[in-house]
Amino acid sequence: MRHLHKRRLRLAVVVASAALALTACGGGSVSEQTKENEAKAGAGDCGDFKIIVNPWVGYTADAYVVGHVAEEELGCNVSYVELKEGGPSYQALASGDGDVILEEWSHQAELKEAVDNGTAVDLGSPGNVGIIGWYVPGWLAEEHPDILDYENLNKYADEFKTSESGGQGQFLGSDPTFTQYDEAIVKNLDLNYKVVFAGGETATVQAFKKAQENKEWLLGYFWEPQYVHAEVDLARVKLPEYEPGCDAKKDAVACDYAETELKKVAAKEFADSGSPAADLVKNFEWTNDDQNLVAKYITADKMSPEDAAAKWVADNQDKVDAWLG
Amino acid sequence: MATATLDRPVEPGAAAPPPPAPRTIPRWVWVLVVLGVWILVWSFTRGDDTLVVSGTDQTSRHVDIGDFANGLGGSAFTQAIADGINAIVEFFQGLISTPVPPRPAPEIGWLGVTAIATYLGYAVASWRIALLVAASFVSFGLFGFWEDSMDLLIVTMVSVFFAVVIGFPLAIWVGISRRAVAIVTPVLDLLQTMPTFVYLMFVFILFGIGAPNAVVCTVAYALPPIVRIAGFGIRDVSPTALEATDSLGQTTMQRLVRVQIPMARKTIILGLNQTILAALSIAIIAGYVNGPGLGKPVLAALTQNDFGAGLVPGLLIVVMGIMLDRTTTAASERAERVSRGGGEDPKRRRILLGALLIPVAFCVWYSRYAIDAAVFPENDLTRRVADKANEWMASITSALDGIAGWFADLITNSLLNPLQALLAESPWWLAFAGLFALSLVIGGRRALVPAIICLTGIYLLDLWNGTMVVLNMTLVATLLVMVLALVFGVWMARSRTADLVIRPWLDAGQTIPAFVYLIPVLALFGPTRFTAIVAGVIYAAPASIKLVADGVRGVSPGVVEAGRSTGTTRWQEITKVQLPMAKGSLVLATNQGLLFVLAMVVIGGLVGAGALGYDVVYALAHQDYAGKGIAAGFSIVLLGILIDRVTRAAADRAGADSSAPPKPQGLGLQRLLTWR
Repeated sequence: MRHLHKRRLRLAVVVASAALALTACGGGSVSEQTKENEAKAGAGDCGDFKIIVNPWVGYTADAYVVGHVAEEELGCNVSYVELKEGGPSYQALASGDGDVILEEWSHQAELKEAVDNGTAVDLGSPGNVGIIGWYVPGWLAEEHPDILDYENLNKYADEFKTSESGGQGQFLGSDPTFTQYDEAIVKNLDLNYKVVFAGGETATVQAFKKAQENKEWLLGYFWEPQYVHAEVDLARVKLPEYEPGCDAKKDAVACDYAETELKKVAAKEFADSGSPAADLVKNFEWTNDDQNLVAKYITADKMSPEDAAAKWVADNQDKVDAWLG
Repeated sequence: MATATLDRPVEPGAAAPPPPAPRTIPRWVWVLVVLGVWILVWSFTRGDDTLVVSGTDQTSRHVDIGDFANGLGGSAFTQAIADGINAIVEFFQGLISTPVPPRPAPEIGWLGVTAIATYLGYAVASWRIALLVAASFVSFGLFGFWEDSMDLLIVTMVSVFFAVVIGFPLAIWVGISRRAVAIVTPVLDLLQTMPTFVYLMFVFILFGIGAPNAVVCTVAYALPPIVRIAGFGIRDVSPTALEATDSLGQTTMQRLVRVQIPMARKTIILGLNQTILAALSIAIIAGYVNGPGLGKPVLAALTQNDFGAGLVPGLLIVVMGIMLDRTTTAASERAERVSRGGGEDPKRRRILLGALLIPVAFCVWYSRYAIDAAVFPENDLTRRVADKANEWMASITSALDGIAGWFADLITNSLLNPLQALLAESPWWLAFAGLFALSLVIGGRRALVPAIICLTGIYLLDLWNGTMVVLNMTLVATLLVMVLALVFGVWMARSRTADLVIRPWLDAGQTIPAFVYLIPVLALFGPTRFTAIVAGVIYAAPASIKLVADGVRGVSPGVVEAGRSTGTTRWQEITKVQLPMAKGSLVLATNQGLLFVLAMVVIGGLVGAGALGYDVVYALAHQDYAGKGIAAGFSIVLLGILIDRVTRAAADRAGADSSAPPKPQGLGLQRLLTWR
């Protein structure tokens, strides 16, 4: 009896694998496709191109658009090296495990060291501008328009109280490692708020989404380019206008954030290699809106980064042509 | 007060009057005395000398540690190791996961790999296992994560191989030498409590990024279970068996190879299993440094706040864990049967195994020929499952929103804030003295030396305040864990049905990577300390619930019967008989709860808990803060060791006056089934 049972099982496995093999008959053959690939690769002299990808969606958009163009137009063999920003990314530039960082925000110490010891070069801006500021969810701006002026914030402080803010209004800081001096601004503008850090981008995004959906009171640090702007309406609170130098002393800041020029950074060896991919990276330039659009394809429309990049490139061939010079 | 629970998780109702006259003052009174004095002094000194080091500050000691770490740098030696690991991993990747251009597919396509794996499953275990293996591999392809799954399998296998090569000799040493236990245990404690992010930091300074980093981290983290558990198994072989065979005049080597290792086989396999699971648990974190595997899609989903998209690869990691666990277990059972002369006719089996090679060879050939057998055909199954999961999550979170906020506020205002005021707003010397006194009261004399060393170490690492914040959250989370453990543990112990229904959920809670459920937890509770606590509770409660259930069930039925015959109510039976008798297990459950919660500190830092966890993550991105991150890592280690030694000493004391001695003994600090 037990024997029979086993034999039946065995039969089932054989039948199942045979069935799987047969269903697989539809496609082409491996050797045909290898030849196709060979023919395609022969078109350019680009070779390997290793793009470092830091963990946020806007960066993913940069990387896959550049990668798509390099692959399709230049015939590069593109790979994406997924790394935490800062230390690990610069390590990869130095060791040759990665060729470029496309959206550097704030790692001045690492950047300076890498440039000084000759492992990396600063290739200037990808065209994106980092806009940092204080934001409230859109519903709040509609119902209480005067909240968009910092001078009225104290009036509403009670509404912003939470279990974390110890009796004052809560100001939701994001990741304290981002460029920020929220605590100084709160203190120097005499605001009755306590800065509570969310700890990371995911947590910050989730907080603003939830606040808009459930009509909760939330005031916090946010920035652009960021994909969630395409999904959730956020309004920026006006702080005393930024003037050059007003953020010179970190604990004396009492003004809005400056616009941050984002940077492209390449491994020195790659930049000097004469690879067409290096020229592509030097010429690559687009706007916050472009990036937000690709990011929206990925997050809201659930496209894969490859498909999202391909769609944007197809719709914006003129911009792409300019990069190819 | 949460601290009181460390001492006695359950007070058996009102203390039975009258207490026996000559008894000394019970421990919980001393706990209250210490807390009373602490609060009194605190009320005068609150806010003095709290040693706060805020987010972007660091002390000169941190700078020194950082300079030292960054100065380590890679050497020719570490570079050679990194290159070697890269070569091994890339070879296997080219074979089964990542195509080497211009080929569109790896050397062996999915059909061939699945056939080989299924064949191996049958050869080492049984048809049933072969089916499980086949189903697992097909699911990797069906959900569109073939390459990432194979990468994870490769990294795990290579790491486990090295962990066994390094760990098994150590296990034997631990098994035969008392001195080895004393030397190796603290090292293993360090490796196991050190947050994995800190590993990443060290390892990328030495070995760079990518596969070498993932493998080195995984080996370091997966080493302790095999050394501890296999070593314990070898040491635990019954003395009578040893005496009996010693009388035949064998050498130490013969005794080891012929008696100790074979007799400890079951425990050794358990150790191997735990090592494999530990290796898989690091998969996600390794994704931060381009470690190949399923961690990458989980992290990508996290950056897109797409719960469903992270759930699928997260569950595939669980599938891989179950597959490897069941296969190794079944293989060892089979080997044991065969060595006892059981199993089927060896000749028939050899013929069958030989014959089966033909279809396998066909599948391998076919997977090198047809593109659909080489690359798994694409489908939108994952997206559909992910969308469904997101819908469910949205409806559940919106349904629970009000009550969740209310509960979070309740716990925060009634427990978290008051206790934080006491721990983190006390001058450091007061908190130091208070914690030291509590350690002695709870753990007895055996806690003296660990308490001095750990508290002094934490003070010297210059992150005293952050450590107190972490301690506070750890204690509150553990209190919640123990409430759950008591309710569900007792329920499971008393009802078979409850046990059957609840246990799979516990396994899932324990094995699913935390990064997967961060998004729904954030959606419910926002970025707060409470969110971090919930993440810790989800991770820690299953182990504690199981320990309580097993402990209560282990209470001798005779005692319970005796109680019933005198007409106790059900409530009395639980509180006066079962729980007091299972006291040893309760304390052990608390110990494991504390350590599991502590393992989530770094994740907590990402969702609003700040403190040490945050310092660690910050340091990974900012080299100039490496020293602070390392100091935070070691503070967590010292806190973990302190908590472990104190509760373990308490468990032994409790075990001495309850009938069921706590198990497992002698393993030292150890988390079973650790996934991070």
